[in-house]
Amino acid sequence: MTAIIEMQGIRKVYDTGKVKVEALKGIDFSVQQGEFVAVVGPSGSGKSTLMNLIGCLDTPTEGRYRLGGEDVSKFTRDALADVRNRRVGFVFQGFNLLPQISAFENVELPLLFGGVPPKKRRERVEELLTKVGLSERMDHKPTELSGGQMQRVAIARALAMKPDVVLADEPTGNLDTSAGGDIMGLFTELWRQGSTLVVITHDLTLARRAGRVVEIKDGKIVSDGEVAA
Amino acid sequence: MKKNLTLILQLFLQSARLQKKRATLTIAALAWGTVTILLLLAFGEGLKQQMMSNEQAMGNNLAILWPGETTIAYKGLPPGHAVRPRIEDVDFARPRMPELDAIWAELTSWRTALAYGRKTVNGRVIGTIADYGNPRKHFPRPGGRFLNPDDENEKRRVVFLGNEMAKDIFGDEEPVGKTLLINNSPFTVIGVMQRKRQSSTYGGPDAQHAVIPQSTFKAVLGDDRVNVVVFRVKKASDMDQALKHLSQVLGPRLGFDPEDSHAFGVWNTVEGQKMSEKIFIGLELFFGIIGALTLIIGGVGVANIMYAVVKERTKEIGVKMALGARSAWITGPFVLEGLVYTFLGGLFGALIAIVIVTGLGFVKLEGNDVLEFLGHPTLSWPIGAATIGILGLCGLAAGYFPARRAAAIDPASTLRYE
Repeated sequence: MTAIIEMQGIRKVYDTGKVKVEALKGIDFSVQQGEFVAVVGPSGSGKSTLMNLIGCLDTPTEGRYRLGGEDVSKFTRDALADVRNRRVGFVFQGFNLLPQISAFENVELPLLFGGVPPKKRRERVEELLTKVGLSERMDHKPTELSGGQMQRVAIARALAMKPDVVLADEPTGNLDTSAGGDIMGLFTELWRQGSTLVVITHDLTLARRAGRVVEIKDGKIVSDGEVAA
Repeated sequence: MKKNLTLILQLFLQSARLQKKRATLTIAALAWGTVTILLLLAFGEGLKQQMMSNEQAMGNNLAILWPGETTIAYKGLPPGHAVRPRIEDVDFARPRMPELDAIWAELTSWRTALAYGRKTVNGRVIGTIADYGNPRKHFPRPGGRFLNPDDENEKRRVVFLGNEMAKDIFGDEEPVGKTLLINNSPFTVIGVMQRKRQSSTYGGPDAQHAVIPQSTFKAVLGDDRVNVVVFRVKKASDMDQALKHLSQVLGPRLGFDPEDSHAFGVWNTVEGQKMSEKIFIGLELFFGIIGALTLIIGGVGVANIMYAVVKERTKEIGVKMALGARSAWITGPFVLEGLVYTFLGGLFGALIAIVIVTGLGFVKLEGNDVLEFLGHPTLSWPIGAATIGILGLCGLAAGYFPARRAAAIDPASTLRYE
């Protein structure tokens, strides 16, 4: 199995001039292809920072990070943007869809950035929205969708460019139990089909569906183990 | 690179679709600013052209010399000796001064009776030669002519009338061909001057005098005292030299030291022209600055709106960055937006200004003193180019600074907290 994510000695320090905050204090973390990892930990433990680093939204202060075999720790802004486009798919707690364009156009956006030609874009978007069960609502705007439906659009969007890893930050946080259950089902299905997933969650029912749970506390990994099936 | 541009265009169009009302208001504001600067500059240009033509209605590159008294002793003559040029002295100088376009003497009678029928007018009569006509812009109305050399040679009793004097004497009758009594001698009217707006004069406005041949003046009015000597240089740059040259030519003949600057009272219109030019440039600069400031205010308005837009869309921009948008694709649409607003605003503004200026061009100036002074507002290529330049800069700045702000957004911090 190939390692999709390889992090060694990762430190992240936020320096605002007045205070220095050490969010991650030396993390070694790897994820193999096809794994479903849940990241748990209290508020302020550094799990969001870890997600930002994995997703290349930010760069580490120290340490090495290889994503899909490539060392991205010293990449330029534009190179990181390309990585985010092609190798990472984000799913957020607040969905973060663009509110004034349709579901179709939202899912299309990463394909647009990725330079995919129009016909192929259309095919891919239709394929994805069908996969998440929203083929009837392609032209709806986010305001016309329920929370669960919006998150499904977001997942479709995250999968658009066939990323190496899907990163989700509290994906069920803003959903009720039933919608949350749908989303968890969707993640499980994606995992079964071979996607690599890293999910931050407070929700223990979701964490239990993952294959592996990593616990972070005070900027360090305190436990990392397989979940009992 | 091409991919970049098409993508930026697509993103721009996507966002433009969504804010038609805001776009319309912004474009309207810029159009307003453009109209203002263009009209201001056009009025300034029209004013300048009108003032220049008014100034030159007397003639250009002229020097007017009034005989004075010596202040320096010369060849045995004490200072205080009156300088009295005669017509022969002017004839003497003429062939010796090739830098001159023309030089002539004017004899003047200040109050002379001019009678036609039962109407008598007391006016100014000038006795001079044919060379006077063109440099002094005494252009005849159709059907008439100015003096010619034969009039002078044959001492003809012909008279050329200023247009106001002609109206005074003849009312609505056509003066040309009629007989006018000047000092009780019959004269034939050979021409009437075309109306002109004159701001500079010596002795009085051209419109209110009559011109007769010099030889006739001597014969009929019995006087050959030269009132003024006037010359015109071919090139304005020769004026100073010509004045010195004339002193050198006439000094020995008239008994004054060529260095004596008081021998003649001199009005050098070239100096005046230079001063006017400076004033006009100053005026244009002034108008231009005011116009530019107005336009910049419009540009600031656009930038203001765009900053607000960036702030509004911060989350959106963070999302796009997370999805892989490069910096150029974030800043590009903003800069493009700024440019499009200024381009469309400028275009509409220019069209409106052109319509207004063309419309005003049809308004008659004559008969209204204020309008005659102002002239017609005129747009010119330099004005157009300057406006486009300023607009372009405004557009770029209005888009660029907010765009930079947008690109500096840190996606991690904007996306994390709900």
